[in-house]
Amino acid sequence: MDEISLEMGEWVLDHARRAGASAAEVIMLSAESLSAGVRLGEVEKLKSSRERRLGVRIFTGQSAATASTAELERGSLERFIADAVELARLTAPDPYAGLPDPELHPRSLPDLDLADHNHRIIPAEQALAMAREAESVALKFDSRIKNSEGSGFDSGVYELIFMNSQGFSGSYTGTSFSLSAVVIAEADGAMQRDYWYSANRHFDKLETPEAIGRRAAERTLRRLGGRKIKTTAAPVVFDPEMAAGLIRTLAGAASGTALYKRASFLLDKLGHQVTSANVTIIDDGTIPGLLGSRPFDGEGLPTRRKALVEKGRLANYLLDCYSARKLGLAPTGNASRGLGESPGVAPHNLYLEPGPYSPEQIIGSVRHGLYVTELIGFGVNSVTGDYSRGASGLWIENGELSYPVEEITIAGNLKDMYMAIEMVGSDLVWRSSVASPTLKISDMTIAGS
Amino acid sequence: MANELVQPDRFFLNRFGLTERAFERTLGTALERKADYADLYFEFRSAEALTLEESIVNKTAKSISQGVGVRVCAEDRTGYAYSDEVTVDRMRLAAETARAIADQRGHTPGAVQVGTRVPGHELYPIQVSPTEIPIREKVRLLEEIDREARAVDPRIKMVIASFAAEDKVVMVVNSDGRIAADRQPLCRLNVSVIAEDGGNRQTGTFGGGGRVEWGFFLEDERWRQYAREAARQALINLEAVDAPAGEMVVVLGPGWPGVLLHEAVGHGLEGDFNRKKTSAFSGRVGQRVASELCTVVDDGTIPGRRGSINIDDEGTPTRRNVLIENGILRGYLQDRLNARLMKVEPTGNGRRESFAHIPMPRMTNTFMLAGDCTREEIIRSVQRGLYAVNFGGGQVDITSGKFVFSASEAYLIEDGHVTRPVKGATLIGNGPEVLTRVSMVGNDLELDAGVGTCGKNGQSVPVGVGMPTIKVDALTVGGTRAA
Repeated sequence: MDEISLEMGEWVLDHARRAGASAAEVIMLSAESLSAGVRLGEVEKLKSSRERRLGVRIFTGQSAATASTAELERGSLERFIADAVELARLTAPDPYAGLPDPELHPRSLPDLDLADHNHRIIPAEQALAMAREAESVALKFDSRIKNSEGSGFDSGVYELIFMNSQGFSGSYTGTSFSLSAVVIAEADGAMQRDYWYSANRHFDKLETPEAIGRRAAERTLRRLGGRKIKTTAAPVVFDPEMAAGLIRTLAGAASGTALYKRASFLLDKLGHQVTSANVTIIDDGTIPGLLGSRPFDGEGLPTRRKALVEKGRLANYLLDCYSARKLGLAPTGNASRGLGESPGVAPHNLYLEPGPYSPEQIIGSVRHGLYVTELIGFGVNSVTGDYSRGASGLWIENGELSYPVEEITIAGNLKDMYMAIEMVGSDLVWRSSVASPTLKISDMTIAGS
Repeated sequence: MANELVQPDRFFLNRFGLTERAFERTLGTALERKADYADLYFEFRSAEALTLEESIVNKTAKSISQGVGVRVCAEDRTGYAYSDEVTVDRMRLAAETARAIADQRGHTPGAVQVGTRVPGHELYPIQVSPTEIPIREKVRLLEEIDREARAVDPRIKMVIASFAAEDKVVMVVNSDGRIAADRQPLCRLNVSVIAEDGGNRQTGTFGGGGRVEWGFFLEDERWRQYAREAARQALINLEAVDAPAGEMVVVLGPGWPGVLLHEAVGHGLEGDFNRKKTSAFSGRVGQRVASELCTVVDDGTIPGRRGSINIDDEGTPTRRNVLIENGILRGYLQDRLNARLMKVEPTGNGRRESFAHIPMPRMTNTFMLAGDCTREEIIRSVQRGLYAVNFGGGQVDITSGKFVFSASEAYLIEDGHVTRPVKGATLIGNGPEVLTRVSMVGNDLELDAGVGTCGKNGQSVPVGVGMPTIKVDALTVGGTRAA
């Protein structure tokens, strides 16, 4: 058994150097998980997994290549390293390639409460019981809940070790737990499906099975009898889950990789107003216990707090070292990393700061408009900002949620949509690594019949 | 490695020192309780990717992955465990974990005798895998593509070209004693460009591939067509005006717009959803779900296609399955579990992303058969509508039946003529309804160029789509300009 370790990392870096690498990084990941599913009260699925992988980035001068493998025996690793060095030699030299400025590596790493010390992999019996309870609550909630796609409980433990040839080395261990339920309601021959979930690094902080089941049932029931509406222009209120999608898209457009390729509608907008003035968006990888927290990024830089948007003004791009050099800026500690890939850019914990309005006040401010609770499809063009997605939700009449709507689209351009964020809710809750309160956009095109 | 791969089943025996007796023992462990079925899935995958940005190939990557998954099925329950360490000990541990779903009382009768080889098709007899072509040659081609795309027009400012190839060997050994193995090469060449005119920046993307040799991209200078096509789309989009909003006649061009079928009907006809009665198509076999002009098939046996496989990931040979015949729903796509529970034959559609995943019913190449109208006739018949010829991805809610797909190149039709290009827009419809509104079907069936990837429950698999030109009498177009 070849477990990942600092020694293995040293060995890899040493062999890379001997094989001709001028600089190198190694990432090692070890993960275990158990995923349990029930459907209609019966066990449907138990899935257990265990993996260890190792990835390298090898530099030969200004040329770089990446590689990953699951064969961790020394003999296989030796061949793997030699192949990666050879691949780097065949790659074009790029003046912007290279490890970070060594000064930027942190001297010490913060404890970010990434792992639950009392719970690891939750045993199958307990996992199944929790999933069963969540589903059962949903099925009993209302006689119109007739079927289920199932309920699941997942738990996982992972360890990551990252080292580079200029002396940085860091590691962290994390846990994750999640519980979800998806149920189906039926009325007048038409079916609707919806879900709810909770995910956390700490088992005890998950929402209860009872809460998940009830919420899944409520969300599904409120879709029954959905109708199409006539094509119109109206205000659109995004529920927190949908609003989170809007800020994730903004972070994508503000990422260095999109910007140096000129593939962003936020090109040349640094320092300019890009949203209405009531919007501040923060990225922070150092908030203890959150799903997106980590002590260092994919290149070994600190994951510090930074404002992406400050009172409407684009305050920072999100940058890894490569895109930062390309754009003549300093890296922001936002390198994301797949094991076998060059670094990309991603936010850690991204959120829109809460505003003064309750969701009820926001809905109450709309005479005729849409409260959107689901968006489907990929109709978001991050180069132009053109936005057109399939939507369903509830129609607002005179400030009240009045009936479900479906088979409609909402469309606009993100540049205009962000500027038209008229109200920001007070209901910020961390449910994943991207969070937003309820948002109201003053005007969008809604296409229906 | 090339020689070992000629006989994919020997590959695993040699590489990991396994024997048929070891398979029998592992399956025996898996079946120690009362189960219906068990299988072992072995996979070895080597992959590479090269990317050109700003005229240099500055990103290269290689990866190797391998593992074994053990599955035990009992009634509608599935136990699954996998490991990326392929040893007899790990397989036994996985089998012990996977059998936890089976009833502790009772056991599965009979010992497993492994040995029957399942013959598959020969859909991609490849001599040299694209992963074995020298890197320099691939770098040169990506550089040529960059020059070609930039030469189309000075407004082409950014070119990103990438080549990705994988060589995968799979083997399934099941409790019926069968061994099925396959070598599944796959590659893809992609070009995406940005055209700039003043502050107006637009993208164009094109690519292709399949289970083909490197020579495929050189044949008829396909690489050059990809570069020109990506540039053409970006330049067209520079001229695009706001897309209309509302319900209208939509003419879909041939080929990739077949993503309509994938979203509107394909997912809804997957056996798992229909067994559980969670699909808008549940219980509708024998009923009319499309106009009589529509015949839709899913065919995993088309030589060299991205969506084709000799055997599925449960070892069942693939086949051509008629889903909708002259408008009548004929059947669903099945894996073994759902076929057994629905008391039908598996259809060769049991697929999984990798050894880390449980198989489920998935599409292969899904397309509509040709009709007899010409494209000109179809367009001429439309007074006012949308002509959409290129699409990005789509998505469906199989329970409500609502689906979307997003146009990336579209035009207005005015008085029977294709006029101005319009910006991309999402089209939304209802799966069980949309094909009943198909009033004309063209004679120009095309399959897509080989870039499709389908996602379901977090698993991605390569697929193909295809369609002739069709006319849909009413579909909601999600533009910004009120009609």
